[in-house]
Amino acid sequence: MEATAVSTKAQERNAIRTWLDQNRRGLSAFVIFMGLWILFLITAPGTFTNPQAYRAIFTTLPIDIILAVSLVFIVTSGESDLSFPSVFGLSSYAFALLVSNEVSPVLGLLAALLVGAACGLVNGLLVTKVGLSSLVATLGMNFFLRGLINVLTQGIGIPLTMMIDTPFYNVLVGQVGDVPVAVLWALLVVIICLVLFNRHRLGTHIAIVGDNPESAKEMGIDVARTKILAYVIVGLCAAFAGVMSSLINSTWWPTAGDGYLLRTLAAVFIGGTPTWGGVGTVIGAVFGAMSVGFIETGLIGAGLTAFWTQFAYGLVIILSLIGHRFNQGRYR
Amino acid sequence: MATPFIELKHVYKSYGSVNALSDVNLTIEEGRVLGLIGDNGAGKSTLIKLIAGVHSPDSGEMWVKGKKVTHWSVAEARAAGIETVFQDRALAEQQSIARNIFMGRELTNAIGLIDVKRQREEAERLMREIGFTSKVFSPDSRVLTLSGGERQGVAIARAIYFKAQLVILDEPTTALSLTESEKVFAFVRQLRARGAASIFISHNIYHSYDVSDYFAILDRGRIVYTADKSEVPSADVLIRKLQTVARHGMLDIEH
Repeated sequence: MEATAVSTKAQERNAIRTWLDQNRRGLSAFVIFMGLWILFLITAPGTFTNPQAYRAIFTTLPIDIILAVSLVFIVTSGESDLSFPSVFGLSSYAFALLVSNEVSPVLGLLAALLVGAACGLVNGLLVTKVGLSSLVATLGMNFFLRGLINVLTQGIGIPLTMMIDTPFYNVLVGQVGDVPVAVLWALLVVIICLVLFNRHRLGTHIAIVGDNPESAKEMGIDVARTKILAYVIVGLCAAFAGVMSSLINSTWWPTAGDGYLLRTLAAVFIGGTPTWGGVGTVIGAVFGAMSVGFIETGLIGAGLTAFWTQFAYGLVIILSLIGHRFNQGRYR
Repeated sequence: MATPFIELKHVYKSYGSVNALSDVNLTIEEGRVLGLIGDNGAGKSTLIKLIAGVHSPDSGEMWVKGKKVTHWSVAEARAAGIETVFQDRALAEQQSIARNIFMGRELTNAIGLIDVKRQREEAERLMREIGFTSKVFSPDSRVLTLSGGERQGVAIARAIYFKAQLVILDEPTTALSLTESEKVFAFVRQLRARGAASIFISHNIYHSYDVSDYFAILDRGRIVYTADKSEVPSADVLIRKLQTVARHGMLDIEH
């Protein structure tokens, strides 16, 4: 009897330890976010006890979150993608161009998703079939697609003010009471990505391919196909985020997406997904994006000028990487 | 005499002017462990690759389960239940034991969602069956927390789960301590107990002697010695054979 009780207890302790081991990256991202938040609550109580501040954060946060969680897939596969800002721009251009020519916005959204998926496919083919370094290939794609946008539009934006208060607009970026609908869409994307990453064959294969491509191949996993699909996920999410962002701004700008490159990458790494592939965390990326989103508002609330923003990003990135490093050192 | 799983008859293989295998005759028996011994460049890896379907022989015959094989490829070898356990290529270290066992053959439903619970249960059952005794492991433990011998155990558990007929163990104990090697031997005996054939390749004659039921020595592409364990009183006898072969080249082919 006693022995059973002891072993059950040991098993329980074991289960807890395993759970912590599996989720420690996401957990440490959560700790980093909470730390930041508490810091801001102390230094800028006026701002962070005011619901208005959160409303401001929550208008842009969904975009950050959707981009960050999609990047977890490609980084975990052992590759990188620096082209998503231009994919964001090009696919939302397709949307803006179509709806400004009175095409149904639903078709416009589908067209944007198609453009995003196609860009992901090209990225994936360049990396897996042509064998280019993903860092350089997607850097090239980022320039190339942005250049394409500039050539096509001659630098002129497209106003989307006619979309305001249409049913499509309200469903995608309207408000439900006090909650921006975009937050709910981001939540949906996060849930889909969580299931895909943790429970689906594709997410498992992505992690295995990023961990040990040799053994993945040995066991019959199609390494190229798996990586291409990871790029397509990034393309689709960039397109969706691009459409959403253009609607929120009521204008499509030729620079759409430009500002997201570094802050999204920062969100992924603050979120606890390491650079070497094989492991990643979707939920961590959500906390990473929230940390990044809170920094800007927090600094201004604390009475610092916007000049401090980059300084603070840099500090948080380095400190959080040090934190993740120590957290993982115990296990590796 | 046990039932033959694979028979090689007068097999030749050369790469350009180099004869990797010459007139190889070898029978791999069900439910027994073959200790394949030979120096570097003796032709061990060529032989494995032929059996695993990576290469095809230039001439000679290959019989699988009593049927002559006319076309042999990696896919066909796998379909016939042949698994290779490589020293360092077998596992994805940052993934869990369960993920590694089901790597590439996940238990999924129609839309590709993995039955995580069942994979975990099956992995746990397998681990217990082949002798993972420690309480510290769960199927969710990541492979990098395991010792070298236990890692080979995960690869062998995979072969057992998917009912491998022939498991090729390529230097499974090379980098391991004695206790760790003992664990691997226990796992190999589990394979044998389940009726699978296995080929145990090692530089360490003592390891090979411990775990194998019969032996074949390869030298410069030829099988120069085969014997049942009952004919070999100790590992030292094998070592002397190997030394003779090394000094005098392939002289007398004994059986």
